[in-house]
Amino acid sequence: MTDVSRIRNFSIIAHIDHGKSTLADRMLEQTGALSARDMRAQVLDSMDLERERGITIKAQAVRLRYQAPDGEYLLNLIDTPGHVDFSYEVSRSLAACEGAILLVDASQGVEAQTLANALLALEHGLEVIPVLNKVDLPAADPDRVAEEVAGVLGEDPERVLRVSAKTGEGVGALLEAIVERLPAPSGDATAPPRALVFDSYYDTYRGVVCSVRMFEGRISTGDRLRLMVTGETPDADEVGVLTPRVVPVAELGPGEVGYLITGIKEIDRIRVGDTVTRDDLRAAGPLPGYREPKPMVYSGLFPTEGDDFERLREALEKLRLNDAALVFEPETSRALGFGFRCGFLGLLHMEIVRERLEREYDLDLVATAPSVAYRAVLSDGGEVEVHSPQDLPDPGGRTAVLEPYVRAMILTPSDYVGTVMELLQQHRGEMGSMQYLSPERVELVYRVPLAEIVFGFFDQLKSRTRGYASLDYEPDGYRESDLVRLDVLLNGTPVDAFSAVIHTDRAYTYGRRLAERLRELIPRQMFDVPIQAAVGSRVIARETVKAKRKDVLAKCYGGDVTRKRKLLERQKEGKRRMKMVGQVEVPQEAFISVLRVDED
Amino acid sequence: MAAAEARPDAPDLADAAAAWRGAYVHIPFCRRVCPYCDFAVVAGAGEHRGRYVEAVLAEIGMAEPFGPLQAVAFGGGTPTQLAAADLVRILHALAERFGIDRGAEVSLEANPEDWDRPTAAALAAGGFTRVSLGAQSFDRAVLTDLGRLHRPDDTRRAVAEARDAGFAHVNVDLIFGSPAEDDRSWEGGVAAALACEIDHLSTYALTVERGTALSKAVAAGAPGPVADVQAARYEWAMTEAAAAGFVRYETSNSARPGSACAYNLLTWAQGEYEAFGTGAHRHRDGARAWNVRRLDRYLERVEAGRRPQSGSESLDAAGREQERLLLGLRRAAGAVPGRAGEALLASPWGRRLVEAGVLESRDGRLIVARPLLGDEVSRAVLALDLDG
Ligand SMILES: Nc1nc2c(ncn2[C@@H]2O[C@H](COP(=O)(O)OP(=O)(O)OP(=O)(O)O)[C@@H](O)[C@H]2O)c(=O)[nH]1
Ligand SMILES: C[S@@+](CC[C@H](N)C(=O)[O-])C[C@H]1O[C@@H](n2cnc3c(N)ncnc32)[C@H](O)[C@@H]1O
Ligand code: SF4
Ligand SMILES: [Mg+2]
Repeated sequence: MTDVSRIRNFSIIAHIDHGKSTLADRMLEQTGALSARDMRAQVLDSMDLERERGITIKAQAVRLRYQAPDGEYLLNLIDTPGHVDFSYEVSRSLAACEGAILLVDASQGVEAQTLANALLALEHGLEVIPVLNKVDLPAADPDRVAEEVAGVLGEDPERVLRVSAKTGEGVGALLEAIVERLPAPSGDATAPPRALVFDSYYDTYRGVVCSVRMFEGRISTGDRLRLMVTGETPDADEVGVLTPRVVPVAELGPGEVGYLITGIKEIDRIRVGDTVTRDDLRAAGPLPGYREPKPMVYSGLFPTEGDDFERLREALEKLRLNDAALVFEPETSRALGFGFRCGFLGLLHMEIVRERLEREYDLDLVATAPSVAYRAVLSDGGEVEVHSPQDLPDPGGRTAVLEPYVRAMILTPSDYVGTVMELLQQHRGEMGSMQYLSPERVELVYRVPLAEIVFGFFDQLKSRTRGYASLDYEPDGYRESDLVRLDVLLNGTPVDAFSAVIHTDRAYTYGRRLAERLRELIPRQMFDVPIQAAVGSRVIARETVKAKRKDVLAKCYGGDVTRKRKLLERQKEGKRRMKMVGQVEVPQEAFISVLRVDED
Repeated sequence: MAAAEARPDAPDLADAAAAWRGAYVHIPFCRRVCPYCDFAVVAGAGEHRGRYVEAVLAEIGMAEPFGPLQAVAFGGGTPTQLAAADLVRILHALAERFGIDRGAEVSLEANPEDWDRPTAAALAAGGFTRVSLGAQSFDRAVLTDLGRLHRPDDTRRAVAEARDAGFAHVNVDLIFGSPAEDDRSWEGGVAAALACEIDHLSTYALTVERGTALSKAVAAGAPGPVADVQAARYEWAMTEAAAAGFVRYETSNSARPGSACAYNLLTWAQGEYEAFGTGAHRHRDGARAWNVRRLDRYLERVEAGRRPQSGSESLDAAGREQERLLLGLRRAAGAVPGRAGEALLASPWGRRLVEAGVLESRDGRLIVARPLLGDEVSRAVLALDLDG
C-alpha cells in the first residue's frame, strides 16, 4: 500500500484530437512504464477501431511510477475520449480523480469540448492544470491560446504549461507540475473501505473486470465484498493495477486506482457507479454514483439473413458487456423482419457499434435511419416514449408530441458569428446567450431540438465555418412541437423502415428529397416502381423507378454453357446486398441513406 | 429430328432434342480479330492451318465411341478460313468415327467475304446442309465500326450463292446496339436480311466482353451499348421477322417452320455433344469439359498424342436439374417444370416473376413470356436450393 501523499490521480481531458493519447504516450515513456520496444503511437487506444480511426472511444487508466526530485510518486492517469458522444466517459473518469490536465491544441485554441470538459472538471471540484499542446507546429499561437485558456479557467496565463506531445518537449515539467500542483488524495486507511467502480469490461476468461478507485480503507485479495447499490456480495478474487500490463497486488489502499476481479460473470450484476465495501466492515453509505448514460438516437438493426436474428441478439448482449451505453429492444418491421431497436449516444457511437457487429461478429446488417426519442401525450392523458417512427400514435390518439431539446454550445471565431446564428435559426434554434471569450472567439448557447443537431447540423457547421467552429451539447428537456410522421410507399405499400418523424414545416422538402433519393438508389426492376411520400393520407411527393427493359445475355455462347452459368452466378451474388420489400428489391444502403436526405 | 414443317417453337420438338447427339468443331482462324469478339480466335496464323486440320483429325480419332449424330456444327473463329476440302475431310472423319444420320443437320459459320461459288459448291457436295453467315449489319458505317471486312452486298451475294449451291438452310447473324448503329440503319438491316433468301435469323445484342478492344474503349469513355436502346431494336426486329413468317424459338433466334437449328435445339435441351478444336466445349455422360484455348498448346498436346482437354465440371443431380431449366427456359417452347420448376414457382422469386408477367405457367410448361428479362429468371433458378 502506498502512502497517499505520494499518489496523484488525474484525467487528461481535451477537445477531440488535441493530443491526449499522444501525451499519455510520452508520459508512459518518460516514466519508463513501457520500453521503447513496446511503444507505439497512442498505445492506450488498444481497440482496432480506435487505432483505425485514430480516436479514443473508451477511457483507459494506467499507473505510472514517477521519480521526482524528492522521491517516487505513483501517478494514476486516465486518458479520456474527446468526442461528444463519449462525454459520459469523461465524467466517470473525473469522479475517480483529484486533478485534470486540460490539454489545448495551441494551433486550434479553445474549442467546445475544451470548455465543456473544463466545466465538468471544475464541477467535480478538481484542480485543473491548463496545458498547451502541439507547440512544435508552425501554426501554433501559444501566447494567444494561453490567454484564452487562462480566461476560461480564471487562471494566470503564466501558469499555462506548454508541451509538445510529439517531441516530448515540456513533458518533464508537466510531470513535475502534476506532483506539485495537484492535491494528493486523502482517505483513512483504517476506515471501512469505499471504492468507486468507474468502469468495467468483460473478459472471456476472467469475467467482469472492474476499474476501481479506492477512497477510504483497503481491499485485499480474498475479502468478502459488498456492492452497496445492488447488494451483491462477491469475493475479491484478484486486485491489481495496470502499468499498462496487468499486475496483481495484495491490496489496494486509499487513493489508489486499480482493477478488481470477483467471481461475477454477468456484467449486469455489477453496475458502474456502484460503491464496493467489505461485507464484514461495511461503509455507512455509498459514494455518489453516476447517472446512467441516456441514449440520444435510436436506430433499427436488422440482419440481412432472417436466420441471423439470434446471432444478432447474442452479439448485442456481448457488446453491451463493454458498452453500458448501448441499449436495445426487439423490433419487428414489416419491411425488414425481426431485428432490434437500439439506442446510441450519437451517430459516431451508432456507427461504431454497427461496425463492430459486422466485423467482430460477422453479421450482415441493415440499419434504418436514426431517430431521436419523442414523447407522445395520449388522448387518455397517458404518455409514451417513441423510439421508432412507427410507434408514433396516430393524430387521433394523441393530443401532443414532445421532442427532446439540447443546450447546444458553439464556439466560433467571431468572423462567423452571423453565419452560425443563421444556421442555428434554420435548425429551429433559440438563442440563450452570446459571450466573447476573447476578441476573436465567441461562445453561443442555443436551445435546439436534438433531432436538428444530430442529423446534418455538425457537418453544415463545419463546412460553413471552414472547420473553425465546434459544438458541444447536453440534454435540455422536452418541448411540444408540431411534428408529423412522414411515410413512404413503395409500389403502393407503406414501408415502415422509411418512416420519419419530422417537423411540419420541413415535411414537404424532406419528402420530396427522400423520394428523389430513393429513385436514384432503387435499381430498375421488372415493373415500374412508384415511390410516394405521404403525411397521413396526403401524398406530398411522387417518383417512379421505370421498369427495366432488357436484362438478358442475348449472345451466342456456342456450347459453353458453363461460362454463362458462372456469369449468372456472379450476378446473383450482387443480389445479396438487396432486401426484398414486398415485391421490390431495395439496396441495403437505401435504409440508412435516408439520413443523408437532409444535407444540403 | 425436325419434322419437315415443324414450328420452330413446338414443345415436342424442343423436348425431343434432348435425346439427339451432336458434334462441334472449332476453327479458330480469322483474318483479323473483331473488336468485340472474345471467342477462341487467332488472327492470320496461316502457317498453322495445315497442322491444325491434322490435329483435329487426330483428336477425333482419340474420342470415345459416341453417336450417331443428328447435328454437326462447325464454328469459330471462321471455318471458311480453311479450304473447303479440309472442312469436308473433317466432316468425313466425324462420319466415319461416329456415324451421321441421314437428314442430320450439318452446319457451318462463314464470313461473307470468304464465301464464293466454288466454296459453296464444294461444301454442299461434301455434306454441309446449312450455313450461318456473319452479316452483323447491312450498313457500311456500322460494319466498319464493328471492324468487319465485308460489305452489305457480300452478304446478299453469299446468301444467293449458298442457295444456288443447294444449301437447304441459310442463316444470317445480326448484331444490334453497336454505337455506330441508329434506328434507321438497324431497321434497314433487318429488312435487308429478311429480303434475302434466308430461313433463319439470329439477332444478338452487342455484348461488351472483358478483355476485348471494345471493353477497353468503353472503359476509356467511348460509347457502349445502351440496354433500353437494345430492347427497342430487339422488339422491332422480332415484329418484322414475325411479319415475314419467322417464329422466334429462342431469345436470339427465329426461323421459318421446319428451319429451327438442330444444333441450337440440342444445346438448350441439355443434349450431349462431342467437341473438337481449341477451346471447344463438350457435354458427354452428364459432364461438361473443355479444351485448351491456346492454339500452340492445343497443337502440342494433340501432336504428342494427348487429349487437349483442360477442364471439366460435373454437376450433382440438383445442379443438373437447375441447368436443364436454365437452358430450357431460353426457348419459346419453355420447359416442363420438373423439380426445379416446381421449386421456382413456390419460391418468392418465382412468384415475383409470375406477378411481373415474366414467367408463365401454360399447358403444363413454364415459359418466359418476356425474353428480354430472361436473366431475372436465370438468377432465380440458380438461387434455388434443391438439396434443402
Ligand atoms: N505536431 C504535433 N502533433 C500532435 C501532437 N500531439 C498529438 N499530435 C497529433 O494529433 C493527432 C491526434 O492525437 P491523439 O493523441 O490521438 O488525440 P486525442 O486527443 O487523444 O484524440 P481523441 O482521443 O480522439 O479525442 C494525432 O495525429 C497526433 O499525432 C503534438 O504535440 N504535435
Ligand atoms: C462464333 S461468332 C463468329 C462467327 C463468324 N466468325 C463471324 O464473325 O461472322 C458467332 C456470332 O456471334 C456474334 N457475336 C460475336 N461476338 C459478339 C458480341 N461481343 N456481342 C454480341 N454478339 C456477338 C456475332 O453475331 C457472330 O456472328
Ligand atoms: S467475330 Fe467472327 S470474324 Fe470476328 S474475330 Fe470473332 S470469330 Fe473472328
Ligand atoms: Mg485519444
